[in-house]
Amino acid sequence: MLRIECPWCGVRNEDEFSYGGDATVERPADDASQDDWYDYVYTRANPAGRHREYWHHINGCRAWLTVERDTMTHEIFSTEPTSASLPQPQRKTGSL
Amino acid sequence: MSQQYRTGSGGQIDRKKPIRFTFDGKSYSGYAGDTLASALLANGVHLLGRSFKYHRPRGIQTAGSEEPNAIVELREGARKEPNTRATCIELFDGLVANSQNRWPSLAFDVMAVNNLFSPLLSAGFYYKTFMWPVSFWTNVYEHVIRRAAGLGTASTAADPDFYEQCHEHCDVLIVGAGPTGLAAALAAAETGARVVLVDENPLAGGSLNSENHEVAGMPGDDWAAQVAAQLQSMENVHLLLRTTLFGYYDHNVVAAIEKVSDHLPVPPKGHPRQRMWTFYPRRVVIAAGATERPLVFGNNDKPGIMLASAARAYVNRYGVKPGRRAIVATNNNDAYRTALDLHRAGVTIAAVVDSRAHPEAPLAAELAKHSIRLITGRTIGAAEGRQHVTRALIVSTQGETIDPERIDCDLIACSGGWNPNVHLHSQSGAKPVYDDAILSFVPGQSRQAEVSAGAAGGSFALRECLKQGRAAGIDAARQAGFKADKASPVIKAHDDGAYAIEALWISPTPYNKPYKQFVDQQNDVKASDVALASQEGYDSVELLKRYTTQGMATDQGKTSNVNALAILACQRGEPVPQVGITTFRPPYVPVAMGVFAGHTVGAEFMPVRRTAIHDWNAKQGAVFIEAGLWLRARYYPQKPGDTMNDCYLREAEATRNNVALVDVSTLGKIDLQGPDAAEFLNRLYINNWLKLPIGKARYGIMLREDGMVFDDGTTSRLGENHYFMTTTTANAAPVLAHMERYHQVEWPELDVVLCSVTEQWTGIAVAGPNSRILLEKVIDIDISNEAFPFMAVGDCQMNNIPGRLFRISFSGELAYELNVPADYGEQAWTELLEAGKELGVAVYGTEALGTMRIEKGHVAGSELDGRTTAQDLGLEGMANREKHFIGKQNSLLPALLDEGRLQVVGLKSLEPGRNLRIGAHLVDPNVQIGSVSPSQGHVTTTTYSPQLGYGIALGLLRDGRSRYGEQIEAVFPLDDEKLRVEICHPVFIDPEGELVRG
Amino acid sequence: MYYSGFNLLKQALGGNRGWTRAWRNPEPKKQYDVIIIGGGGHGLATAYYLASMHGITNVAVLEKGYIGGGNTGRNTTIVRSNYLLNPNSQFYEHSMKLWEGLSQELNYNVMFSQRGVLNLIHNDAQRDGFARRGNAMRLNGVDAVMHDLEGVKKLMPHLDFSKNTRFPVQGGLAQPRGGTARHDAVAWGYARAADRLGVDIIQKCEVTGIKRDGDRVLGVETSRGFISAGQVGVAVAGNSSRVFGMVGMKLPIESHVLQAFVTEGIKPLVDTVCTFGAGHFYISQSDKGGLVFGGDIDGWNTYAQRGNLPTFNHVVAGGVTMMPCLARLRVLRQWGGVMDMSMDGSPIIGKTPIDNLYMNGGWCYGGFKATPASGWVFAHTIANDKPHRLNAEFTLERFREGRMIDENGAGALPKAH
Repeated sequence: MLRIECPWCGVRNEDEFSYGGDATVERPADDASQDDWYDYVYTRANPAGRHREYWHHINGCRAWLTVERDTMTHEIFSTEPTSASLPQPQRKTGSL
Repeated sequence: MSQQYRTGSGGQIDRKKPIRFTFDGKSYSGYAGDTLASALLANGVHLLGRSFKYHRPRGIQTAGSEEPNAIVELREGARKEPNTRATCIELFDGLVANSQNRWPSLAFDVMAVNNLFSPLLSAGFYYKTFMWPVSFWTNVYEHVIRRAAGLGTASTAADPDFYEQCHEHCDVLIVGAGPTGLAAALAAAETGARVVLVDENPLAGGSLNSENHEVAGMPGDDWAAQVAAQLQSMENVHLLLRTTLFGYYDHNVVAAIEKVSDHLPVPPKGHPRQRMWTFYPRRVVIAAGATERPLVFGNNDKPGIMLASAARAYVNRYGVKPGRRAIVATNNNDAYRTALDLHRAGVTIAAVVDSRAHPEAPLAAELAKHSIRLITGRTIGAAEGRQHVTRALIVSTQGETIDPERIDCDLIACSGGWNPNVHLHSQSGAKPVYDDAILSFVPGQSRQAEVSAGAAGGSFALRECLKQGRAAGIDAARQAGFKADKASPVIKAHDDGAYAIEALWISPTPYNKPYKQFVDQQNDVKASDVALASQEGYDSVELLKRYTTQGMATDQGKTSNVNALAILACQRGEPVPQVGITTFRPPYVPVAMGVFAGHTVGAEFMPVRRTAIHDWNAKQGAVFIEAGLWLRARYYPQKPGDTMNDCYLREAEATRNNVALVDVSTLGKIDLQGPDAAEFLNRLYINNWLKLPIGKARYGIMLREDGMVFDDGTTSRLGENHYFMTTTTANAAPVLAHMERYHQVEWPELDVVLCSVTEQWTGIAVAGPNSRILLEKVIDIDISNEAFPFMAVGDCQMNNIPGRLFRISFSGELAYELNVPADYGEQAWTELLEAGKELGVAVYGTEALGTMRIEKGHVAGSELDGRTTAQDLGLEGMANREKHFIGKQNSLLPALLDEGRLQVVGLKSLEPGRNLRIGAHLVDPNVQIGSVSPSQGHVTTTTYSPQLGYGIALGLLRDGRSRYGEQIEAVFPLDDEKLRVEICHPVFIDPEGELVRG
Repeated sequence: MYYSGFNLLKQALGGNRGWTRAWRNPEPKKQYDVIIIGGGGHGLATAYYLASMHGITNVAVLEKGYIGGGNTGRNTTIVRSNYLLNPNSQFYEHSMKLWEGLSQELNYNVMFSQRGVLNLIHNDAQRDGFARRGNAMRLNGVDAVMHDLEGVKKLMPHLDFSKNTRFPVQGGLAQPRGGTARHDAVAWGYARAADRLGVDIIQKCEVTGIKRDGDRVLGVETSRGFISAGQVGVAVAGNSSRVFGMVGMKLPIESHVLQAFVTEGIKPLVDTVCTFGAGHFYISQSDKGGLVFGGDIDGWNTYAQRGNLPTFNHVVAGGVTMMPCLARLRVLRQWGGVMDMSMDGSPIIGKTPIDNLYMNGGWCYGGFKATPASGWVFAHTIANDKPHRLNAEFTLERFREGRMIDENGAGALPKAH
């Protein structure tokens, strides 16, 4: 059971979240090459080890989070809000 | 029946509470506190089952959850549980159990003939035969094998009991309430930490209940009961008995099963049968003890042969003599206690046979004190007896050939040493390591917040367990942030001696005869099978396990895995650690599926969603259809015998000719607000949104990044910075998640806020040429064609209900969609019906809705199947290639613009009276079915058009748009049907859209 | 040594001491014509068909652990070819035909049991979708039968047929030729047959690097030294990204875990393979008696071969809902396999931008049943340096070109396939 610390809601079970995939891929500009778009839409580094990835707190506050997690041990190193434009969390840490 | 094997006194049974039970139809009595196994032993019953492959008679090997042999069918009827370990079944009044895997009876089982053919049935024999004739595997051999395999029989009736799931957070979780666990719990609890202590037994105390130990100056079991009571009285402690921790998962989450009602005839009303606990501890102390392993000798599976510790448990805890004349065989110090305890209870000890040439002197002295014969440097080579052991053949372990001594006995208590229970440690992701001192695996480096203490950590002495338990408890509490300055001192206990062992993995056989030496008794894996696997190249642990099925039975190899590894190591001539160990998988003990399912089963599985008008619909006798999790009214029978056809034709006609209402509340609704809302929509949809005026709606298409159509719907501009989007029912949640992703991940600079309001609004479509007349009666705004033209949107009041009105149409008729707050949904619906009474207003369901959308050629879910582009759907004209939108780049890939893609078309039945069928494929009638499918497309949705008087459909057809007017065949090979159809434009009526604008 | 009832008897009389190794345990040679990385079913099958169909026998299969230790030994053993889209339908049907003679071809009983695969129908939308798929199957020459409720009752008599359950059963789409096979035996059977034809199966030999000269591969670095190769085929589904990472390639693949479960053995209760269309649950019964079941992937990147609780609970809830008598049966083991989840849910078998390097991966849920055909077409592709008609569309380039083979229509979202 992954336990993900939402910066707004505290530590919650993985079933409150929906996985959003690799957070290192960058959406190309409109006029970028077809290769860039191919990479963005389809290819993934898919590392065995540290992985920056998105999680959506879909059954919670609905924030998109950027999580750094090890894909071998599942240890989570950090969890941050993805968007800087959302109201920032008041609490630093917390658990339930 | 008298309990002729009961001791005169002692044990943790209540001799004042006799209990009646039956086994294989025969009635027996036992006492409260007994297990089924101890009660049967008290009655002299040792034969409990037949083995998996050879159907050999099997008895009771252990006194706990590691039992491989004594498995029975417990209870009858819908509550029957096959493969239940008699050693774990608490006796209750009226208990019924039956032996399994035997025919016609336990004592006489015809399949025991397999025993004679055992050389043919060696490891993996089935891979080498049963191959010819080809069809015989499925039709003949497999039937026979399946019926022979499989142990017990399941009930086919629904389980009448229910299950619960609970969650608990704590600072320290302690697994096992034996001496180590109790000491740990006490120490941790004294710090104020929140402690959870679980144990699979109905009593706390663990091994203390089965031994004659003294702790804190009192009998060990009394001390355990006292500490348990003390813990139970503490507010920060949760003691859960009958609770087995079965799984150690990621992020230090562990799961346990509590057997709430299994010790009762039926669960008390309102109580679950079992409960699943998910614990979220900061620290875990694994004090799960150790499991004894048997010795591997000839016929070591006979009833009457059990673990030395089990014999102690039966005599000490249950007051049962497991035999009258015992041999104790061992390779370590521990089993000497068995001889002394059995002797004390009046069991004759024929001999203690120690494989070691020179056991420690004090052990020998203790036996001598009681005149018990000690044989050293020898072990049991084989046992004899038919359905019960009658004699042991003693052989030398020192390499000499001797004429085996025959010693009569009816009980062999054997010990091959102890294995720390490293299962949970291994499940947590850690790797156990081999310890040469105890000849077993002990915990390695921790990967999660866990530590093993006491026997689970490889320290078997009682004093050490108490000391380690206390230290682990204090340490865990400290790491969870608690101070441990006033911890009480170490608990004193008597010295039960140091553990010492010398390897004896397999006994020499008398006269080198090929006796069956069982390693995995439940799966009938013999030492010779391990050898054969190794000989054939299946010589890694994992291959061995898979080839021989070693350790894969219901006991999960708890008593047999280490022996098997060691025997494999001997075969390979390598040390045990080189051979390695298989990974332990959850669950630690088999756990009923009901526990994992909990409440969310049957009618509670994936809860249904209902609209605000659902109850009204139900009262009208509407027939519902599932749309995702929603229930929608499909059609409304008006009189008995009304078929779906009768209804939808009537409902569609009422809509086309007059006015009718349909509940469209299930459409997804998303509220967007903010100065950048228009820009956001402009990037989401393929069409333009920057110039939509306030008070107007627009139809939009959105793509996925791969260029396929994702969803469609209308979005309206309600105010300067306020928009309201509708999505399809199926995609309501995915569309919102998609929008939130792009808003938060890709375009955080856009100032817009999104919120799902699907459930806040009831949607009612009012459709038909008379819809305006109806609405004018109840709506407070001017809805004339001039003031409120097609695609107009506005706030309104309907009677006194606040609402929003949208002039949009799915049916192709003059139509409006009224949204009112969901709390007013049913009221608005009934008031509209009331107001429309004189017009003859009708209601219609999704079937009529579907008919009208097909007539209008509107695409919906069956065409938006995730594989179609806007061009495939004929909607590419909407796209504005000048601006950016999601999916734009990939939608321009040449392959997505290729000729030869499937495109939406209309289809007309050319055979009067016959309609098209959904799922039919479109084929050229001249092409034969060969290795490549002749399908050129398929029918996505169909109806009979009351307007046109024949069957019509939408389909996806290769190059469809250039083929209007062609004839093709719609084939349905599943039912061997064919229909001639004509390809046409997908809009069947009112292609100019005059009606909706009128 | 030939496997037969006669030999079984003969060996039994000799105390079973005469059985020889099922495959040799050779030291790796310095050079092979073809190296297959990955000793799972696919890699071993490829080696077997290279030798038996194409006469290429100087072949090594390199396996970092023990053969069949990855997904070959971790799946729910289901074999079927009930696909909607033509490339899948034709490929898997070819596999089905190979399955039908596999035990005899390999002289190893893989216990292929054609007990049928039944997909339950609970609502009209499913019926429509299944009709389309069933008809597509028939048009591709694959067997398919649409059952009504009575037909389902005959095949699976112990389902919940009551009306007050959440998703009452309405019928089902069956493929009678589908079924199950003994998963480990498939790896062992191919290994033994390939070994007999001269293929070296080298276990405990981990590939640590791929040596290249421009667009050509020279050989592989392994834990047992460098081995040079004329051609290298990679069949390591679950770990494809890691191996192709060695040549700097990023793949359209994410690694996810799919869990599987088995109950204690019981006498026959489930006589076909049955899938629950309302949740995501599939079940069959092994010849040993255990009910083998599974459901959805956990849905996030991982290389850990272990399962977790939330998916487990949801899968079981679906199972008990479908078949309420399961509630009292006990789960014996829970495990996980790491899968290549491709971006369209279909496999990738073919050439790569590197001349003599070939890829076989992206199997998602479909790997086990594909084993024979996968090896068959991969061997063809390597031997001829071009794909067979049956894998011509399963290219790596299809994503770039917009030719996805998206059976579920879920798009570039691996967790949704």
